[in-house]
Amino acid sequence: MALTTEERERFRKLCASLRRDMVDVTGWSGGAHIGGSLSMVEMLVLLYWKYMKIDPANPKWEDRDRFVLSKGHGGLGHAVVLGRRGFFPFDELKAFNKTGSNLGMHLDSKKAVGCEVSTGSMGHGLSEALGMALGARVLKKSFRVFCVIGDGESNEGSIWEAAMAAAHHKVSNLVALLDRNHFMIDGNTEDVMSLDPVADKWRAFNWQVWEVDGHDLDALSDAIEAAIAWDKGPAIVICNTVKGKGVDFMENKAAWHYGGLSADLVAKAKASIGEE
Amino acid sequence: MAGVESTLTWTCYDATKLSAREIYGIVLSDLGGVRQDIVGLTADLAKSTQIGAFGDKFPDRFFNFGIAEQNMFGVAAGMAKVGLVPFVSTFSVFASMRACEFLRTDVCYQNLNVKVIATHGGTSFGSAGTTHHALEDISIVRAFANLTVIVPADGYETAAAVKKCLDIDGPVYIRIGRGFEPPVYKAEPEDFTIGKAVEMRPGTDITVIACGPTVYHAVEAAEILERDDHLSVRVLNLHTIKPIDEEAILKAVMDTRRILTVEDHNIVGGMGSAVADVIAASGKGCVFEKLGIPDVFTPHGYPEDLQHMFGIDADGIVDKVRAMMGREFEADESWEDEI
Repeated sequence: MALTTEERERFRKLCASLRRDMVDVTGWSGGAHIGGSLSMVEMLVLLYWKYMKIDPANPKWEDRDRFVLSKGHGGLGHAVVLGRRGFFPFDELKAFNKTGSNLGMHLDSKKAVGCEVSTGSMGHGLSEALGMALGARVLKKSFRVFCVIGDGESNEGSIWEAAMAAAHHKVSNLVALLDRNHFMIDGNTEDVMSLDPVADKWRAFNWQVWEVDGHDLDALSDAIEAAIAWDKGPAIVICNTVKGKGVDFMENKAAWHYGGLSADLVAKAKASIGEE
Repeated sequence: MAGVESTLTWTCYDATKLSAREIYGIVLSDLGGVRQDIVGLTADLAKSTQIGAFGDKFPDRFFNFGIAEQNMFGVAAGMAKVGLVPFVSTFSVFASMRACEFLRTDVCYQNLNVKVIATHGGTSFGSAGTTHHALEDISIVRAFANLTVIVPADGYETAAAVKKCLDIDGPVYIRIGRGFEPPVYKAEPEDFTIGKAVEMRPGTDITVIACGPTVYHAVEAAEILERDDHLSVRVLNLHTIKPIDEEAILKAVMDTRRILTVEDHNIVGGMGSAVADVIAASGKGCVFEKLGIPDVFTPHGYPEDLQHMFGIDADGIVDKVRAMMGREFEADESWEDEI
């Protein structure tokens, strides 16, 4: 079902608000993976506020849908979402990256409430998501598993091992979303290690593929809904995104993969995002 | 002639008759009937590692991931996350090295209830050569926090370890051989306790600490030394490398003052190194030596030949014990002649 006018407006404002939060946390923490966190905001908003069956008051609910951030360096963005969704007090983010904090660069599933899997090393999350999805089958449970993977991360062979296995085992309760922001630390993905034609690659691995503008809430919502409904095997939504989305001086700049922000730059970044 | 032909004609599936692995497959199949949460995972080695016996019985709880060990260990972590108890079976070289970081980061870091059955440990896959000899796995995996590391002496002890590992709510690595090793026990040891070394023979002159296939050799060597040299040789089966049985090791140091470790593994970082850590930290002096693969890559050959070549069989242990009996502590306090 398409987004209602009310949903579209609410999610649009929420995306801007979360982006401003991510900028704040980057400022507080002294440095964070801001670029790749900003690129996946719409995906996380639609999953955490619309499509996933979750209960922040009962984070270990057995039948909940699971989310795995395979591109674990998006921990900043994920932590902001978990905090705002009510899994833990948002104020905990003031200690992000600090010694003794429950929250840091790559989230620890034993400490960050709501975080299902400790990721950070590239190319692990999709396999763990697949294990959860197959686990649901063994346990005869109906929960789904959603997994956001990165495009730089897709250089890892293990991503394709998992892709092959998910299709072979005809896993239909697994939905992957590729944050196709075209940048990795050393530059454009097509210069460092070309990934295109990425949609064809996933099709060749027998996945059902949708390709959308990852910042277009309506298109993204339709694709996620179709991917959830697909029951013949694994599904992936390739989300074409902009690294650093919303902050003019960060957009499409590889350097903002990771960085720190002075108070002045925090203000400039938030002004760029707008919607205050 | 028909008889000769039947012994000369065989396939890779037949090479796995009788063995620790076979017993392991049977035990796991039995456990699977009792525990509905056990799932079996393999990477194109269902037959070679005998986990296929579980798969035959419980096809809905058995998954083959093809020759892709990294993914398999990640999947196992995910399955454990939702409450299942995955038994993952592949060769030791692949479990410890190909899938190393997936075992470390996905399974051990998150302290997940995954049981690894690492077969073809040490030089047991002799003719396969260096690529399939697991000479480093104990050294690698015992550095992973949260992981229990067990090296059973034979098929019977493997059966006991597979059952007992279910009592641990966390990751366990069980390293077994290819299955042609002679049995040390006559039946499954009922008092098998993870973390507790087994005294296979009492002794007061020297203690030989062994694990895996070298337990058999150590017992044989102790019998020879008693008969020919009138030596009283204690043999400890240190089946659990981590957590290590400090008490049994230090008691052996106190009682015998001579310790020899023997393992089918590189002498760097393996069981012998773990024992050396305990002794060094205790401050107690003793004559100490390690037998193992002397930091070289092993050639292909029959396992018994390789074990003889590198002195980790009964002959090698006998020779080393005799040499060690001639060594004494130095009472002097001078450092100059030590270097």
